[in-house]
Amino acid sequence: MAGLQRARVRRQATFRWVVVAVVGTFFALPLLGMLEFTTRAPGGGRTAAVWRTVADLGGLRTTYPELWAGLKASGALVVLTVLIMLVLLVPTMTWVRLRVPGLRRTIEFICLLPLTIPAIVLVVGLAPVYAWVTYLLGGSSAWLCFAYVVLVLPYCYRALDAGLSAIDVRTLGEAARSLGAGWGTVMVRVILPNVRTAVLSASFLAVALVLGEFTIASLLHRDNLQVGINQLGQRDAQVAVAVSFAALALAFVLLLVLSFAGGRRTRTLTPLATPPTQEPA
Amino acid sequence: MPLTSRVRGGALLGVAPFLAFTTIFLAVPTLVVVVGAFVDTGGRPTLANVAGLRQGYILDALLSTLELSLTTAVIGAVVGALLAYAVVTAAPDGMLRRSVSAVCGVLAQFGGVTLAFAFLATVGSQGFVTLYLFDHTGLAVPGDLLYGLRGLGLVYVYFQIPLMVIVFLPALDGVRVQWREATESLGGSTWQYWRHVAGPLLMPASLGSTLLLFANAFAAYATAAALVSQGSPILPLVVRATFTSEVVLGQANLGKAIALAMVVVVAVVMTGYAWLQRRTSRWVG
Repeated sequence: MAGLQRARVRRQATFRWVVVAVVGTFFALPLLGMLEFTTRAPGGGRTAAVWRTVADLGGLRTTYPELWAGLKASGALVVLTVLIMLVLLVPTMTWVRLRVPGLRRTIEFICLLPLTIPAIVLVVGLAPVYAWVTYLLGGSSAWLCFAYVVLVLPYCYRALDAGLSAIDVRTLGEAARSLGAGWGTVMVRVILPNVRTAVLSASFLAVALVLGEFTIASLLHRDNLQVGINQLGQRDAQVAVAVSFAALALAFVLLLVLSFAGGRRTRTLTPLATPPTQEPA
Repeated sequence: MPLTSRVRGGALLGVAPFLAFTTIFLAVPTLVVVVGAFVDTGGRPTLANVAGLRQGYILDALLSTLELSLTTAVIGAVVGALLAYAVVTAAPDGMLRRSVSAVCGVLAQFGGVTLAFAFLATVGSQGFVTLYLFDHTGLAVPGDLLYGLRGLGLVYVYFQIPLMVIVFLPALDGVRVQWREATESLGGSTWQYWRHVAGPLLMPASLGSTLLLFANAFAAYATAAALVSQGSPILPLVVRATFTSEVVLGQANLGKAIALAMVVVVAVVMTGYAWLQRRTSRWVG
């Protein structure tokens, strides 16, 4: 038995490194390709000129206006999407747990629905809605945030649901209410601090998705980072690749931080030592 | 009785903002597509749009999309499952497992323009792998590789494998060492363990994950749009064509019919996925 297991452990170790090396190479090559492409000098050899251009934000603004417009729009979209998502989801999900648990399945269904609606399909349906948005609010790219909230709904719902399931919302809410707290206080000073990790994960996911969104912005003729990069790709491919690599690296760091922070999540915040009804995802 | 109904009405009011928002930005767009698929430009009910789906170029695009989704789902599932298994046999809190899951979490979201650029810089006509292969082995990567279905498949696999790792890891985590030990103590070989114990237990999970990957590829738009600017080899790009030229050709509602067909395919596949997920959780996960 022990011999069998030792042999298996050895075999698995070899198998593990072979698989990780082969798949890792496949993952690494396109990323290396981007770095290699952005450091090509016109006559052959290497140069950091492209990266110096990208690092010079002031210069970027005048030389590549389409990129700057996209950056500005995406910055606004990130903030607006995260804010609307949190304001919409956290109180609603808390409220449903406290007062109308019968609606929980319905809310879950609505939040997960965008998973079955491809973005390209959503655009087709959103076009008339956005005709009204433009009529009522103007044609600013920032209003894409409404569509983006729908896009991030499933992912943010899951993240927040995991957080809310790990605490006893009902007991916390009732305790706060019986001590005279209003609903606002319950939400901001009792629930929110207890689900801050989940709020953080939901926000990071939303940021990563908004930074990468292309479909809706390009088809509704709005600006965002990806649309700007795509336009720039036709004019100055090296700068476009460098900027998209930088955006990717940013999303990478955000999600890496998230996954390591999520891995360290402790249960010390669970009140009254009640076991969570559901495992955090 | 009036009191309870007032309380209940008040309680429902708390959900009102959420319902109002999702009605405008989720339910209305869905209805626009569903209703639009069955009316003509004048708003009269018709089946012409749905009948229009039988046109050759749409059927061709549908078949290509199904083929692309199936191929990349199967390749992604097999490679992803191998990678997931490699990670599971490592230490649960070790660096390998943490890095692989973190990297996969990022790469599964990776798509669109950036991914298109990345592959153009790698196996495009001036890509470094293309140049290296040609200089050192004389092998020529086809110059139009990335603009056809095979190239799209290659690019799609890049986000399918990480997605498989993410969705398959929990199921593999549910496999107990004791099952293996029990098989061995009864004289079973590694082959018999996989064939009669682990395989059947993991079957629903792997099938389900493959379905999820299928839906993922079927719905993907941005990567293909960034790579293919001429023609519409796959369904999402056909929708783009009808969407951007609707004024000229009056094809808006044909586009909605195609969009509806896409939703139906994805919904059926995702229902299968959800059903298999429930089957999975009975034993593992």
